[in-house]
Amino acid sequence: MPFAVELLNVSRSYGKVRALDHVTVAIKEGEFFSMLGPSGSGKTTCLRLIAGFDQPSTGTVLIQGHDATGQPPYERDVNTVFQDYALFPHMTILENIGYGLKVKKVPRQEVRERALQALEMVALPDFGHRKPSQLSGGQRQRIALARALVNRPKVLLLDEPLGALDLKLREQMQIELKRLQRQLGITFIYVTHDQGEALSMSDRVAVFNAGKLEQVDTPQNLYRRPTTIFVAGFVGTANVVRSETSRLITERDTPFSIRPEHITLILEGSKPRDIQILGRLIDIQYYGAHSRYEVEVEAGQLFSVQVASDQLDATVLPSVGAQVMIGWDRSSMISLDEC
Amino acid sequence: MHSDRKSPLLLRIVAFGGIIFLHFPIAVIIMYAFNTEESAFSFPLQGFTFRWFAAAFERRDIVDAIILSLKVATMATTIAMVLGTMAAAALYRKKFFGRETITLMFILPIALPGIITGVALLSAFRMAGWELNYWTIVAGHATFCVVVIYNNVIARFRRTSQNLIEASMDLGADGIQTFFHIILPNIATSLLAGGVLAFALSFDEIIVTTFTAGPERTLPIWLLNQLTRPRDVPITNVVAVMVMAATMIPILAAYYLTQGTESIEGSSK
Amino acid sequence: MTHATADTNLPRHFSTYLYRHGTLYLLLLLTPPLLWFGIVYLGSLFALLIQSFYTFDDFSMTVLPRFTLKNYQGLFAAANLDIVLRTFSMAASVSVFCACLGFPIAYYMARYATGWQRGFFYIAVLLPMWASYIVKAYSWTVILAKGGIVYWFIDKAGLTPLIEALLDIPFLGGNTLSTSHLGRFLVFSYIWLPFMILPIQASIERINPNLLAASADLGARPSQTFTTVLLPLATPGVIAGSIFTFCLTFGDFIIPTLVGPSGLFIGTMVYTQQGAIGNIPMAAAFTVVPIIVIGLYLIFAKRMGAFDAL
Repeated sequence: MPFAVELLNVSRSYGKVRALDHVTVAIKEGEFFSMLGPSGSGKTTCLRLIAGFDQPSTGTVLIQGHDATGQPPYERDVNTVFQDYALFPHMTILENIGYGLKVKKVPRQEVRERALQALEMVALPDFGHRKPSQLSGGQRQRIALARALVNRPKVLLLDEPLGALDLKLREQMQIELKRLQRQLGITFIYVTHDQGEALSMSDRVAVFNAGKLEQVDTPQNLYRRPTTIFVAGFVGTANVVRSETSRLITERDTPFSIRPEHITLILEGSKPRDIQILGRLIDIQYYGAHSRYEVEVEAGQLFSVQVASDQLDATVLPSVGAQVMIGWDRSSMISLDEC
Repeated sequence: MHSDRKSPLLLRIVAFGGIIFLHFPIAVIIMYAFNTEESAFSFPLQGFTFRWFAAAFERRDIVDAIILSLKVATMATTIAMVLGTMAAAALYRKKFFGRETITLMFILPIALPGIITGVALLSAFRMAGWELNYWTIVAGHATFCVVVIYNNVIARFRRTSQNLIEASMDLGADGIQTFFHIILPNIATSLLAGGVLAFALSFDEIIVTTFTAGPERTLPIWLLNQLTRPRDVPITNVVAVMVMAATMIPILAAYYLTQGTESIEGSSK
Repeated sequence: MTHATADTNLPRHFSTYLYRHGTLYLLLLLTPPLLWFGIVYLGSLFALLIQSFYTFDDFSMTVLPRFTLKNYQGLFAAANLDIVLRTFSMAASVSVFCACLGFPIAYYMARYATGWQRGFFYIAVLLPMWASYIVKAYSWTVILAKGGIVYWFIDKAGLTPLIEALLDIPFLGGNTLSTSHLGRFLVFSYIWLPFMILPIQASIERINPNLLAASADLGARPSQTFTTVLLPLATPGVIAGSIFTFCLTFGDFIIPTLVGPSGLFIGTMVYTQQGAIGNIPMAAAFTVVPIIVIGLYLIFAKRMGAFDAL
């Protein structure tokens, strides 16, 4: 079976700015695939190249095994859910949903039936005759989804679709999107800058930085075994230790990262760790279930240490400014590439 | 930017006084159109009558001038709508070398005094050996009407999210389908508003027309001839009111057409 | 959406071709307007420029295509310099007066007009702005005429000696109001006033209210806030408005014909030269004056940031 979408050595430059730099990635059929990165990292450019809104400067875009380079968007079997939804303001909801079928000359009766089904699918069956301006943000989001899915695309592209929604609604929509994707079996390509969103929903995640692809992997592997300093720092919280400091602490040159939850405060009676180091507690942030202790060790290196709220007896906890010992096991350290 | 404080009395007087000042001559000319007296501009008015309106429409020269003005304005607006929309569609997004220059060129006919455009056109027509007629008037009017359409339409293009066009193509519509289903409905009101304004501009134009009309007489030219050699004052007043209405009603229409388009869904960019 | 249907569908084919060749698409859209402007407008301006170097034969009253600089030399004759100066001082004083009268109106519109007043003021300025130019000019000849409204009110108020004293002042006066410089000035100011109000109103409206709040918060009295924050920020709007009042006055020839004393303006001079005499070369040379003056004025306005306020 061919890949749903394949980018081969794709670059895109705007003048002197290189938005995408030699990216090669293959997205499998039926996969929930996320593109994660800060703004300007190239993830949206990548999506636009797949949709056909933009063409690569060099390289090839394959959709379902066919070379789609140079093909306009209307000849590609992919559909997009836009960040600002891009609902046509002069059409009713039903007309919006039926638009894709109408321009493909599907018989009127069938357009109507399928549009109504799509409304049903996104749980807004009675909204067909309203205008987009009469809908809430969350409702518009669902309509944008229905408008894309009614065309039964092979691949659905989602450009930060939940970015404009508030937290509660976003969490609810995440669950719903995931359910829809499983149910329909369509390949989802999901662009987001929210690492929590990417990790919780995706089968695989591609991490972008400065136009380059840093790492493509499952969420578990991205978190447990990031291969670059950027990924370690961007996905979850990590203490990244560069080579010079690493030499002082571990007597080895390799940079590494260590998660806050893998570091413990070494108090009297604690189990000794492979690596222990003395520092000064400079700040405590309270998060409810746990707290973050910021500890400064030699060479100015900062470590975040996660302390579960019920882990320690409050009376023995150090206060800000105190000398503390922190420690971790070598097994929880992740070695990183230098750049 | 509004303050909750009450406005100073003096400022309010100046503001409302200014508005009254702006409308005073308009009110005066309407009053005089219904004045019974025949000879002069004497004040106070003598009485109220409709008879000058009837008299005006019996005058062949006035009816001809009205028809000519309508024909010129319609043709000039049509040409300007086509050219202005094409220019706006080409220039609203893409940046390329010479774009600023082209924009400046469209604005030039209203930025430079009409007399320059007028003399320029006249000298060109003379050099080319063309007779001055309906089409030479239209050529001048269409040229300065383009920018009105262009400004209105390009503003709407810029407010219309580029995403709408991309969404349409994404859903399977090609360029032509996208134009008719998405672009045209979205710019329709601004195109119409621009058209209405261009029509008013052309209907009222006198400076360029003075040079390009030759023997033809549009309504404003007829009016100007009356003013320099005063006769038939009551009928002149009536024609003045008609020209006034023909320019003020379109601006009201344009205002209502473009009202409330600032916050249309999908144009939040 | 298969390739097979695309191949049999001509409009689709055409769309796709244009999609792939963005430059061609752009060219297709731009060619008609550019052709029109290139031929009709720029062509005319070029013809005008060429004719300004042609020879006008005073005896046969015809234009001969022989190149000469005589027309431009003629511009520097004392009588012609007078015309330029007269036009310039009128344009300048009209602009200053419009700014002084327009600012408070614009200020009120931007800061105090809320609710129904907002729409009301906007329309109330827009309507007289668009109302027929020739009719507005005509209306003023009616208003200012002897025996007309103004004279009637002056008479009833017993101010006749005052108006006569006013009309006796040189450079301001004239025989009657409608043939005086004052009357012409009034009509010019009236007609271009809305063009001054709207840009000022827009530029005041654009000022972030927090700036004014910040100024007050830092201890400035309202009058200080006005002069140190609001006025400087609104200045580009005033300059933008003056582009209209200045340029429109500078090139006008209808109002000087209808109202005011006999001295020629640039516009009337151009009109007379080409019309009554048929001396298009001289008229053409004369149009170069407003082009240069207005060009310089636009450069000045751009430096002052007025183009962003347009």
